[in-house]
Amino acid sequence: MSHTPFIWAAYTLGAVVLLWCALAPLARKRTAIRDIRRLIQLEERTRDSDS
Amino acid sequence: MNTNTATQATPRKNAFLLFIHKLGSPPWFYDFSGKLIPWLWLAFALLAAWGLYLGLVKGPADYLQGESVRIMYIHVPSAWMSMLIYTSNGHHGLHRAGLAHPHHGSAGDEQRPGGRRLHAGRAGHRFTLGGPTWGTYWVWDARLTSELVLLFLYLGVMGLYSAIDEPRKAARAACLLALVGLVNLPIIHFSVKWWNTLHQPNSISITGGSSIDPSMLWPLLIMAVAVKFYYAANLLTRTRVRLLEQDLRKGWVRDVAREKAK
Repeated sequence: MSHTPFIWAAYTLGAVVLLWCALAPLARKRTAIRDIRRLIQLEERTRDSDS
Repeated sequence: MNTNTATQATPRKNAFLLFIHKLGSPPWFYDFSGKLIPWLWLAFALLAAWGLYLGLVKGPADYLQGESVRIMYIHVPSAWMSMLIYTSNGHHGLHRAGLAHPHHGSAGDEQRPGGRRLHAGRAGHRFTLGGPTWGTYWVWDARLTSELVLLFLYLGVMGLYSAIDEPRKAARAACLLALVGLVNLPIIHFSVKWWNTLHQPNSISITGGSSIDPSMLWPLLIMAVAVKFYYAANLLTRTRVRLLEQDLRKGWVRDVAREKAK
């Protein structure tokens, strides 16, 4: 039995897990920054309409 | 009277304690960790490249397992890391129960997703390692079963955390379960000694008497250190995002958002 496909499968799986772990918080950060900007814009609009 | 007496009597500030106190400030932590993360990624990349070169290109095949022994260089570091993350999670649980550094809760909660994924990856490697060497992809022996229990513990702790709406209560309940689950770690480690398992006995010992050849040991240790740098970078990134989400209405977070908009 050739071991090569098993080695490739293990390292591909390892790379996918490491990439997933690395990229997931970056996507979350983008969402958080977008939410904060929206909140700032909303507050500015409310302040402008009040004044 | 000597006017310098008061100045001389002032105790010198302990630089390390000062550093620990500064880490408690979210904006300072955010800024400091942002500068540290690229260096951690660099250390990971260099060490992983070196370890993989030694393990996959220069290293020999095993006399019994053949070429599939090379799976060890990703499987064992992932296994050690997932167990270390769980131990660290229990440690954070203790801190949350007692004296708490402001970021202990955030860092503790942010560890679990990475730990679970690494552990799931480790289980996947087990299939690829078991197939060619044991002739079976899965067996209910003590090592594999206790590892599966750890995966369920990760899922259970994260499930419990998500199931409770109030964040403080959720974190406290999750930490309690994480603490109880710590009992599984020595079981995983000693399972190959206590029971007859298809999994090989431990071939690396800190106290000496390792049976693994140095040509395999060094790439393994280098990869293990590389994964630590990877995880440090990942944990800091997750904790930074958590701080942004937590301090949504604070001035420093707004400054970060405005800075990003430029």
